[in-house]
Amino acid sequence: MSTLEIRDLHVEVETESGPKEILRGVDLTVSSNETHAIMGPNGSGKSTLAYSIAGHPKYTVTKGQVLLDGEDVLEMAVDERARAGLFLAMQYPVEVPGVSMSNFLRSAATATRGEAPKVRHWVKEVKGAMSDLDIDPAFAERSVNEGFSGGEKKRHEVLQMSLLKPKIAVLDETDSGLDVDALRVVSKGVNDYKAASDVGILLITHYTRVLRYIAPDKVHVFVNGRVAESGGPELAEELETNGYERFTGAKEEQPA
Amino acid sequence: MTEPIAQTGGGTTTAPGAPVLDVDPGIKTASSPKTAPWEERHTSYDVESFEVPRGREEQWRFTPLRRLRGLHDGSASADGAVAVSVRAGFGDSATDLAGTGTRHETVGRDDPRLGDGGIPADRVAAQAWSSVEQVHVVTVNEARSDDEPLTITVTGPGAGETAYAHLQLRLEHHAEAVVVLDHRGSGTVAANTEFVVADGAKLEVVEVHDWADDAVYVGAQHLSVGRDATIRHTSVTLGGDLVRLSPVINYRAPGGDVELDGLYFADGGQHFEQRLLVDHSVENCRSRVMYKGALQGAEGGTAAHTVWIGDVLIRKAAEGTDTYELNRNLLLTDNARADSVPNLEIETGEILGAGHASATGRFDDEQLFYLMARGIPEAQARRLVVRGFFGEVIQKVRVPALRDRLEAAIEAELEVVGV
Repeated sequence: MSTLEIRDLHVEVETESGPKEILRGVDLTVSSNETHAIMGPNGSGKSTLAYSIAGHPKYTVTKGQVLLDGEDVLEMAVDERARAGLFLAMQYPVEVPGVSMSNFLRSAATATRGEAPKVRHWVKEVKGAMSDLDIDPAFAERSVNEGFSGGEKKRHEVLQMSLLKPKIAVLDETDSGLDVDALRVVSKGVNDYKAASDVGILLITHYTRVLRYIAPDKVHVFVNGRVAESGGPELAEELETNGYERFTGAKEEQPA
Repeated sequence: MTEPIAQTGGGTTTAPGAPVLDVDPGIKTASSPKTAPWEERHTSYDVESFEVPRGREEQWRFTPLRRLRGLHDGSASADGAVAVSVRAGFGDSATDLAGTGTRHETVGRDDPRLGDGGIPADRVAAQAWSSVEQVHVVTVNEARSDDEPLTITVTGPGAGETAYAHLQLRLEHHAEAVVVLDHRGSGTVAANTEFVVADGAKLEVVEVHDWADDAVYVGAQHLSVGRDATIRHTSVTLGGDLVRLSPVINYRAPGGDVELDGLYFADGGQHFEQRLLVDHSVENCRSRVMYKGALQGAEGGTAAHTVWIGDVLIRKAAEGTDTYELNRNLLLTDNARADSVPNLEIETGEILGAGHASATGRFDDEQLFYLMARGIPEAQARRLVVRGFFGEVIQKVRVPALRDRLEAAIEAELEVVGV
């Protein structure tokens, strides 16, 4: 049983005109076996929340706490957070030329598991996980994310989650840019890992579409750097119908 | 792969009517000369036909002349000699050449074969040409198996001594060889190295410059490409106080195919300079250039400096040319300077393609973040990125034991700054 607690989190970024506060007091608790959807309009700070949990150097925490099972996550380096059991599926996975996917996955698994996986088991495990996500085995020898399509990158993010077996996974717009077939495959990958583990999931999305495939237990509306309202799946349905207007006060595009 | 500090080119021009691509230099990239270097390019065996360089000449403007120990102005005197050994195989298991179709001769500088590769184009090369006492000619008249590379080892004259050197590697028609040309040791050396690859022959050569810290090496590489001949030349520069290499590709007939790869790793105080000229003078030839460099200056000490000049000329007669050149530099520390100047001059529009790209950047924080976000510790993530950066070049080296040595050398370089 694991719990990620975010308490009164304030985060700012450096801009040309000085520091700008993006997160203005986020409170959120995600436990094992729960799926929380965070929905919000563009620019509301959803991705900042994801990157701040993972420890991206661009973001400065000015106030508040992030605790994983009581341990202070903000004191940990980026790699320590991952080894502690946090995972961020990124919206824009980074290309790393010259580093093969297989070398990368093995290095990451060795780091997070604390020992190098046995070669025979590992090869089988990777092959199985790739096949579950309809990933061509040839990708193992390609450079990390290099020349991958948007959908291929997202599949590989979910592949990494299933191999690194985090306690808490933050999925940052993993659904964006996917066609329906790819969305189905990626969602199945997430659901398979949910079924096989106790993972707690923080699913960040702009659209309600993905929630038809990955059922949330809780839905949070994220506006202007904080959680504006929390509820059950019915909140997503309301957003589907009415958009974010009630929360932002301004007419915005439908989150269909 | 890196955050670009400077980026030039990257475009590809296709026939017909291909324009001259202009290089737009950025920070830390030197500006292009007003006249293309080849327009004023003078070649001669006679050292006196070259002016003594003063440092302002396009050819010499990046080179710290005072560190050349007189190689450029006639004041150096040859008080030593290089040792050259030629063996079959690589590493401890190498054997002598007896019974193979490869022979090693020592000849005087009047041997009529000399110059088949090309003619000196700067004063130091002409000085070496006219001063050398003993020329080594290695002739391959067989299709050698890839499993048995030739290893030619050139050892410097020793600290405080100066030597002129001349080596010619000849592949007769349809001969094939994988060659490791290994430079090591101490001292000051000016050299000409000719690669004469006859019709239909295939040469893969890895030229390694792993000199001791004191060494100065100024070398001209003359590559002659016969009809339908193939050359893959990989240049690796790891050690030496100053190493300046000037490879020139001379296509002799149509169908020539040349790949020039390079890898260099400069530490604080080192000056590594590479000046390439690919002279597409005949039709239907191909060239690919990919040089990658990493630099790490000493903290609070002297800077690491690398220079890469990539001149590609497509002459009027060279219809059907297909060329692309790329240079990338990775600055691992602040105290480092990488000059990168690609030049592409096109005199005919009837070509298949021509392009160039150059980028110099620092370590990419986004790549580090991505790897670390998967649990990989920072030092290991940095090593992965640097290994990946050079991987493209190293993976093409066909001698496994040499590949291992190069990988180990890069690891050792990274240890120095604790990356």
